[in-house]
Amino acid sequence: MNEIPLPELDNDGYLCNLQDWSPTVATILAEQNQIELSDAHWEVIDLVQQFYREFELAPASRALVRYVQQHLGKEKGRSIYLLQLFPPHPALMVNKLAGLPRPANCF
Amino acid sequence: MTSMLCISRHTPSGNALAREALDTVLAAAAYEQDIKLLFMDDGVWQLLKGQQPSHINQKDITKNLSALPIFGVEEVYVHEPSLQSRGISRDSLSLNNVQLLTNEQTQALIASQQHILSF
Amino acid sequence: MSTLHTVNKSPFTDNCLHSCLLLCTNEDALLLIEDGVYGGTSQSPCAEDIRAKIQLGVSVYALKQDTLARGELQVLEGITLIDDKDFVRLSCEHQCIQSWY
Repeated sequence: MNEIPLPELDNDGYLCNLQDWSPTVATILAEQNQIELSDAHWEVIDLVQQFYREFELAPASRALVRYVQQHLGKEKGRSIYLLQLFPPHPALMVNKLAGLPRPANCF
Repeated sequence: MTSMLCISRHTPSGNALAREALDTVLAAAAYEQDIKLLFMDDGVWQLLKGQQPSHINQKDITKNLSALPIFGVEEVYVHEPSLQSRGISRDSLSLNNVQLLTNEQTQALIASQQHILSF
Repeated sequence: MSTLHTVNKSPFTDNCLHSCLLLCTNEDALLLIEDGVYGGTSQSPCAEDIRAKIQLGVSVYALKQDTLARGELQVLEGITLIDDKDFVRLSCEHQCIQSWY
């Protein structure tokens, strides 16, 4: 799987073009970041892409937690849950794996 | 916490001010600041439904504006006389959780703030 | 708390000054700068509104350099011409500044 060349990335490792995204690309990016994608990961990645379609913005930390709360419930809409899935920084990592730009104002 | 009000008074497509106002508000919200947004004068055009800015190669600010609550900006105000003088009804606004203000209410809002950001 | 309003557009082409006067309270101050100084002249479309605000206790100023630079303007009675130092002082004296532009 690693033999598939990755599409163009920016300096922070985010896809330059959302159109280049595919589940395979997400899996490779995840592996490079020592993350093995499970259904729990995909559920959040899908949701973040939905966020982007709805608002044309990549969610920063607080917006991500709130959106997950609204759509996947309180148990999953917590920083600690998202941190376990997407360390070390959930908002940055999940946007990266979802092929979205780096969220603004996110540290 | 310092109270801040961002006043957005310019059209959505004519220049970058509308977007800069929104970016500023989102940045302040990311820092968990007490930030409110007021639309008045030509700024109210930003809220009009049915904008198709792709025709002039611009992004749709309406979608970004609808993200304000999820980014933690709960207080969004609209100067009602600005709507009236432009013939815009509340029904034609793309955001429905905004508060319409009279001149007197707008004066009181401005007077109650510690900082004003003018766009 | 009081607000310092600055206006930098001519009222002959722009409604900045009109909007400002709509929301300026009696405790506030108004400073005309750049092309905004045309708003403080006797033929200004807002001349009457400015006179009324002055009557109500609003302090109205125009930046001297910007006024002199634009020729022999008939500045309304009651408008104080000030320099940059006064501008800084006014900025410090007021809680907020709202720039109408």
